[in-house]
Amino acid sequence: MELYMSLAIGVLFTVGVYLILSKSLLRIILGTSFLTHGVHLLLLTMSRLKTGAAPLLGEKADAYVDPLPQALILTSIVISFGVTSFFFVLAYKAYQKLGTDDMEQLKGEDAHE
Amino acid sequence: MNFLHVAIMIPFLFAVMVPIFRKVLPRIHTGWLVLPAPAVLFAYLISLIPAEEAVSASLPWMPSLGVNFDVYADGLGLLFALLITAIGTLVILYSTFYLDRDKEKLGHFYVYLMLFMGAMLGLVLSDNLMVLYGFWELTSISSFLLIAFWQEREKSRYGAMKSMVITVFGGLAMFAGFLMLYAMTDTFSIRELIELAPTIMNEEMFLPAMLLVLLGAFTKSAQFPFHIWLPDAMEAPTPVSAYLHSATMVKAGIYLVARMSPVFSIGELWMWLVTGFGLFTLIYASFRAMKQIDLKAMLAFSTISQLGLIMSLLGLGSAASFYAGTDQAAFYSKATMAAIFHLVNHAIFKGALFMAAGIVDHETGTRDIRKLGGLMSVMPITFTVTMIGTFSMAGLPPFNGFLSKEMFFTSVLNIRDSDLLGEAVWGALIPLVAWVASVFTFVYSMLFVFRTFAGKRQPEKLKKQPHEAPLGMLLPPVALASLAIVFGLFPNLLSYTLIEPAMAAVHPSLLTPGQQFMVSIHLWHGFTPELFMTMGVAAVGILLFRLHGKTAALNAPLFERVSLNRSYDSGLKGLDRLSGALTKLYMTGSLRQYLIYIFVFLIAALGATLYGEGALLIDTTGYAEMSFYEAVIIFALILSTIAVPFATSRLMAIILTGVAGYMVSLFFVIFRAPDLALTQMIVETVSVALFLLCFYHLPKLKKEVVKLPLKLWNLLIAVGVGAVMTVVALSASGSPSFESISHYFLENSYTLAGGKNVVNVILVDFRGFDTMLEIVVLGIASLGIYALIRIKLKGDDEEAKLPARSAELFHDVYAPRSNDVILRTVSKLAIPIIMCFSLYLFYMGHHHPGGGFIGALMASSALLLMAMAFGMDQVRRIVPVDFRKLTALGILVALLTGIGSFLFGEPFLSHAFDYFDIPLIGELELATATLFDLGVYLTVIGVTMTILLTIGRDQ
Repeated sequence: MELYMSLAIGVLFTVGVYLILSKSLLRIILGTSFLTHGVHLLLLTMSRLKTGAAPLLGEKADAYVDPLPQALILTSIVISFGVTSFFFVLAYKAYQKLGTDDMEQLKGEDAHE
Repeated sequence: MNFLHVAIMIPFLFAVMVPIFRKVLPRIHTGWLVLPAPAVLFAYLISLIPAEEAVSASLPWMPSLGVNFDVYADGLGLLFALLITAIGTLVILYSTFYLDRDKEKLGHFYVYLMLFMGAMLGLVLSDNLMVLYGFWELTSISSFLLIAFWQEREKSRYGAMKSMVITVFGGLAMFAGFLMLYAMTDTFSIRELIELAPTIMNEEMFLPAMLLVLLGAFTKSAQFPFHIWLPDAMEAPTPVSAYLHSATMVKAGIYLVARMSPVFSIGELWMWLVTGFGLFTLIYASFRAMKQIDLKAMLAFSTISQLGLIMSLLGLGSAASFYAGTDQAAFYSKATMAAIFHLVNHAIFKGALFMAAGIVDHETGTRDIRKLGGLMSVMPITFTVTMIGTFSMAGLPPFNGFLSKEMFFTSVLNIRDSDLLGEAVWGALIPLVAWVASVFTFVYSMLFVFRTFAGKRQPEKLKKQPHEAPLGMLLPPVALASLAIVFGLFPNLLSYTLIEPAMAAVHPSLLTPGQQFMVSIHLWHGFTPELFMTMGVAAVGILLFRLHGKTAALNAPLFERVSLNRSYDSGLKGLDRLSGALTKLYMTGSLRQYLIYIFVFLIAALGATLYGEGALLIDTTGYAEMSFYEAVIIFALILSTIAVPFATSRLMAIILTGVAGYMVSLFFVIFRAPDLALTQMIVETVSVALFLLCFYHLPKLKKEVVKLPLKLWNLLIAVGVGAVMTVVALSASGSPSFESISHYFLENSYTLAGGKNVVNVILVDFRGFDTMLEIVVLGIASLGIYALIRIKLKGDDEEAKLPARSAELFHDVYAPRSNDVILRTVSKLAIPIIMCFSLYLFYMGHHHPGGGFIGALMASSALLLMAMAFGMDQVRRIVPVDFRKLTALGILVALLTGIGSFLFGEPFLSHAFDYFDIPLIGELELATATLFDLGVYLTVIGVTMTILLTIGRDQ
């Protein structure tokens, strides 16, 4: 399982990076979403998979899965939601004001020259 | 902490209060309001003088790093502190007349001045080198601000920048020196350093540390070749020049040399460097001073040369430490006595002269000696003050400068007896240099007073009709001039009170406990060689003064072609150009390129490390089994992910991303992470809705027209990052390289925090502080979105090209349509159920899957559903809540829960819990963690709804 998960993580990162390197703002934002997914699965895989019950002590199980990565990921999901929303609005507003979502055009002229 | 700490803080306190003064009492000149600060401090410091023991106090700051706010007022520190407050009082008094109440930015001026005063006091009273360094840089900064006070003038800005660059450069060097001292002795305390000095003199770092500290002192005290900033600093208002650039700040370097002398003077080189640089600066700057035509420029060079004089005296005095324990020690330490005495004298006469120059400038409108002359009759008091000042500077009796000049001669003559000087040539050279420099000093002193006040009047060259200055403006220089006479006639007023304790601080090794230096200075000590030297100075000086106007060598600029200033300018320009060119090489402004730097570095660094650590050999034992369903989910995830770059429409790309997100949440289910699965599911839903809201406006997703090589590069980098991350995942899940801390949370979650859902307990209890900051970040993001939507740029009106589409959108998304009947009917039922579920999730979160985040996201999704079915306006009508205020309320609740633990003497965010039996409901847990979670709950609802409604409202 870990092997296949690692491959899936690799794919998520590859697509995320590829999208981030493109010119369209929309693709860049989608790319960050994929990077986030990749990181979440990476954190989860790091602590080994399926080693016990869910970390709810009411289950009275012999072993539980590692709760720490879950706490980290929960924080990260919520934060990335906030950040992604901000990106959306930034992109939308930039397009509304400047009429383009092409990063090469948004870059503008060098102010020093 | 004691009053000494308070004393240092008082000027800072006044700095804070200056803007209030300006607001509340605009009609009173701010100078009058800040005047009490230095005056009271001066009185307090005077009261410390008779103390047998130096007052000292400690205030821990960063004890683990050896940095503490330790202060002590020994002889040397006290002497400087008295100078700072005394001259400070007079300068502020003077400035109230010099600066116009209505025309000048008095608020700025006095804030900077108070800032400087506090920093300078802190500098001379600190025992800790790090604290001293902090104050040192603060004096540089306040000096920068004061020089640039008239910032509309180009020259002011240039001078300010120059002084900043040079003194901060020296400050950084000094900082490095301090760190070296710390590395050798493990202490930042000056007093401990002095005790440890003998043990470090053979260390490798002793010499570099000494050179670096000297660099700091020489730049600050404007020693050759770093003196070039001081003449340009004269662009500052004259009170500033009198205070910072002659009496106090430039003497910080002198202070540092005197203070560190017990540490470094063990090595002979210290004496040579300090004496050598001092003497050269003395003769060079006094020669240059003679050639100036601007009164303040003359005073600037004069200050540089006088600083050199004091510096060289300190160097000569440090020779005494080689003779510790013998009679000769007292013989050589006379130079130190002269240095300290001249320090005081210079502050007095130079302060008076600067103020007089300011008066002349103020009343005539010029400082050019070619335009001045004959002012004696119109400005008799200023003339008298100037005459006393210049005669004292020239070393004529009966003024204080005469005495210290004589002592200077004694010192340079004494050093000939020392066997430190290998060659007799040196023994003759030092007195000769001293004597010649004194002649130059005599000449420019005479030029200063007589070119301005004697000779013919030239009223046609002046802009104003000159007359005597107002009484208040005259009072400070008159006071200083009187002191010049008083200390000339009764020098021993200073010897027991200030000079002896200060000498004890410079030469601690020469004294046995309980012993003190005996200083006695007399105006007349017979026909000594020194007196004959002074007579010679006067005779040759008068001759040169007569020749001055006729001989080009005496009045023409020294160098036409080469100058230090020019090399400073071109050096700075070259540096600017070089760094600009270098930066342009890689800072292209293209986001893609920056990202490529980052990713390539990531691949290289991580790849190399993984390879080096042998992480490529992967142990697959102990991996979990994979079932058929899991294989399907992985397949779906990979497929939907890879499809995104090929998507041709916006909607397709967004939906594919959503699919990947749902697959990830399925993984969370499989891997026993119910909280995550719930959160991810709701977030994904809300995100897709948000995507669609925003991107309705965006252009069609064009097929990217990118050249093939560029595309291949992108692909290569992307695959590289992916491969590296795969290896990271495999090697991390392979063998744990360190003990996990997770079992702690599993074991203590119920016993310490009373919660059975470990993930939730970690979030609200164990790592509550992280969560608190997290909701703050969310709050900031929502405000950012709010601001972005509301922002109005220039030319917005003409750019409103999109209204047609917006209206269409409004109709599509927000206004309910007829076939929404089913949705609306279902919603009416579903929304209350979801809301209830949200509250359930929130409350049960401590023991079961759920919690503040999940509950809040659930509630938001109910509100989102309402918005979809009934339109945004309905939401606002049904839930009349200002969601931004809700966000703030949530953060406040979380914060207050944290602060509440202070009431019980516990650290921030300590939680308490207990179980109660409540009829009907049964056993119920009440925990403060729940209260904290409530804060999270409210914040997240507030944030999510602010975002959704803001975007919706923009249509």
